[in-house]
Amino acid sequence: MSALACDGLTVGYGDGAPVIDGLHLDLAEGAVTALLGANGAGKTTLLRALTGLVPLRAGRILLGGTDLTGMSTEDRMRAGLGLVPEGRSTVVELTVDENLRLGGLWRHKAKARKAAVEEMYGLFPALDRRRRTPGHTLSGGERQMLALARALLARPRVLLLDEPSLGLAPKATAQLLGVLRETAARTGLTVLLAEQNAASALSVAERGVVLSLGAVAADRPAAELAADPALRHAYLGF
Amino acid sequence: MKTPLRALLLTVLALGGTFGLDPFRNYQLAAAAACFAAVAGLTVLVGLTGQLSLGHAVLMAAGGYGFAWAATAVDGPWPLALLAGLLAAALASGLLGLLLGAAAARLRGPYLAGLTLALVIALSAAAGALPLGGDQGVRAPFFPVPEALSALIAVEQWHAWLAITVAAAAVTPLAVLRSGPAGLRMRAVLDDETAARLSGIDPGRVKTGAFVASAIPAGLGGAVLAIATQQVTPGGYGLAFSLSLVVAAVAGGLGSIGGAAAGAVLVTVLPWAADELAALAPAELGRRLDGNLAVLLFGAALVALTLAWPGGAARLLHRARALRFATPSTTTER
Amino acid sequence: MDRLLFLLAAGLARGAVLALFALSLVIVWRAARVVNFAQAAMAAAAVYAAFHATAATGSYWIGLATGLAAGALLGAAVERGLMRRLPAHAPLPGIIVAIGLVMVLQAGLAIAFGPEHRPMHPPFSQRPFVIGGVPLLSPYDLFTLGAAAAVMAALALLFNRTPLGLRLRAAAFAPETARLAGVRVPRMVALGWALSAAAAALAALLLVPTELGLNPHAVDLLFVNAFAVAVIGGLDSPAGALLAGIGTGLLVSLVTGYASASAAPLAVLALMTLVLLVRPGGLLAAKEARTA
Repeated sequence: MSALACDGLTVGYGDGAPVIDGLHLDLAEGAVTALLGANGAGKTTLLRALTGLVPLRAGRILLGGTDLTGMSTEDRMRAGLGLVPEGRSTVVELTVDENLRLGGLWRHKAKARKAAVEEMYGLFPALDRRRRTPGHTLSGGERQMLALARALLARPRVLLLDEPSLGLAPKATAQLLGVLRETAARTGLTVLLAEQNAASALSVAERGVVLSLGAVAADRPAAELAADPALRHAYLGF
Repeated sequence: MKTPLRALLLTVLALGGTFGLDPFRNYQLAAAAACFAAVAGLTVLVGLTGQLSLGHAVLMAAGGYGFAWAATAVDGPWPLALLAGLLAAALASGLLGLLLGAAAARLRGPYLAGLTLALVIALSAAAGALPLGGDQGVRAPFFPVPEALSALIAVEQWHAWLAITVAAAAVTPLAVLRSGPAGLRMRAVLDDETAARLSGIDPGRVKTGAFVASAIPAGLGGAVLAIATQQVTPGGYGLAFSLSLVVAAVAGGLGSIGGAAAGAVLVTVLPWAADELAALAPAELGRRLDGNLAVLLFGAALVALTLAWPGGAARLLHRARALRFATPSTTTER
Repeated sequence: MDRLLFLLAAGLARGAVLALFALSLVIVWRAARVVNFAQAAMAAAAVYAAFHATAATGSYWIGLATGLAAGALLGAAVERGLMRRLPAHAPLPGIIVAIGLVMVLQAGLAIAFGPEHRPMHPPFSQRPFVIGGVPLLSPYDLFTLGAAAAVMAALALLFNRTPLGLRLRAAAFAPETARLAGVRVPRMVALGWALSAAAAALAALLLVPTELGLNPHAVDLLFVNAFAVAVIGGLDSPAGALLAGIGTGLLVSLVTGYASASAAPLAVLALMTLVLLVRPGGLLAAKEARTA
């Protein structure tokens, strides 16, 4: 059973040529899938289209049994989708605690929310120490943790991550991906992890999808993908 | 050379056109010419540099007061008094424009709009506090028809001639400026201040310069109005009038000088037509409609035009569209 | 000395109203990145609703509630009907539409109700208490101060201490991140407009009984002064609006008392220009204001 499926997805900006062209993708329930591809392959556009931040020209998106296609971004999130966007998605004017609570406002009643927030602080002790600090004082790694924690707080069925390793030290990346893999294994969360850093993404993923020029160029088990020298050379750059 | 030639041709046509109008229409034409000069200044300012001034009426008033003062003070043949008045009008409005421009260079859209709005509201207070004659205003000298022409034309037509000539002299340099390198610099600053900086353009100087270039035609417009009405009162340059200049600029298409002419005629003729219409209504309703119907129509037009065509000028629209797809907080990878 | 005390006391009540109206401008600026130039006309329309409700029922309080509700409804309607249809990220169209709305509302009010000033009666006496021979605040001044302070405190609590406030702030600061957290951003923006317009209506309702009376332009000067206050305090800063409001109220009162009433707008204009030139972001701007 697929957790997220899209079919014939076509996306473009203005009157330009499509950036995503008739894409078909199926994410297996509970699996971590790496979304790979060179800069400009369409990874970010795909994630933004799935979450409704960029309008579709054509195609359909199904989350479990729910058709997301015409929904607003916020309704897709409430239907069980989550996105950790690229870069600094911390609301810099809010404190760490406020940023985190924001993620669970619609999901939890006041009491349950408190427990869920504490659980996240347990997962990310670095944030626990900085509850009252304003978002703009956080480091890049802390912001990325905060964005992930906020997304997890809403208990999504499918979580999309856009380049979480961007601008992070290798140690921070490893820590972040570790929490992600552990949470996915524990809760059965389905993950689509877009990364330019193919090696680290494939190390946590079961499956890899390679995007090129807005279409799926390869879709294989992660180990097989990492071992294929031709693919590695053509698309993955390692 | 194309722009000045075309301007000359249009001016001669307009002068000739006055023969086809009765005295009242010629008076309206003079008022429209005054508005045209101010609206042309405003439309270039908004359309090319994106700075919205709600206070161009005050710049007109500055020109009017300057004109009235200098033209009265100079005791000589009428062309001398007229020239001195116009010079003082350009100076007064240019100086005020320079002050505003210096502030504008540091401000973004809403701040500048609010500052200029406050200026309009403060005008009548300023007229009381400064030696400007309070609410009564000051008288401007009367320029009678010269001897040689007195058999040929009425005084309203003569004033229309003066108005057209002054307006043409005020707007033509603006048109030349707009299509030259200065206009290019203004567009560069509107599009992207940082990029403009990187091309060696100082956005602050460009914005200040644009404000001055916009203020002087407005001040000359005020001088024209002083010629036609022989007085300058703060009440004549109130908020409603100042906003109608914005209406004219938007209705004509921001940035377009030809559009400014059409907009100026619209905001001169429509209030009069609306009041004529109001006079036909029964007494009580007519009294309420008087002066208000035109404002209602202007406001509705402003809302409708902006909703249908945000930004008024194609450039601004283009810019808004470009920005909508690239939200500033995220870099959009494709 | 007596005169100074009296003027300071009067300035305090005036400043509270100014601060409340300025706060309404800050709220809508934070919610939608728009300076609502139509705030005065919208507030005037709400006061007309209050006036007629009071005239029909004889109760000031029913009028007050009607005015607040009318303000909130008008605010939400303006957002839903007009502002939402404009492109984001370009400030000019929003300002121009607001200007158009001012013209429509004020001309419409004048046509519907006539241009004359209609006297509005305050619910409490305007005769000042005399303490130690010095006339100080009147009961109505105290009511004004109390109402403005209570509403500002309630708004501060709402924004800073409740989940709804967190949603409102997130939607205002970072709409996209808020959407990704499941916040219904369009609803929050409309709510911000409604809150803002209701606060402005309250400020106008408190002011009008102390002035000449109700007229389509009765709130214009309050708007201009409140805009100056919001700019002086920093458009992004509610605390700035409060402090600058009280300060400007005192300034206006002193200038009016010692110089003349017509010098007061000039003093406010001069103060605003000075602040804009020295600190373009306002006195309490924490950092470079976000661009629109």
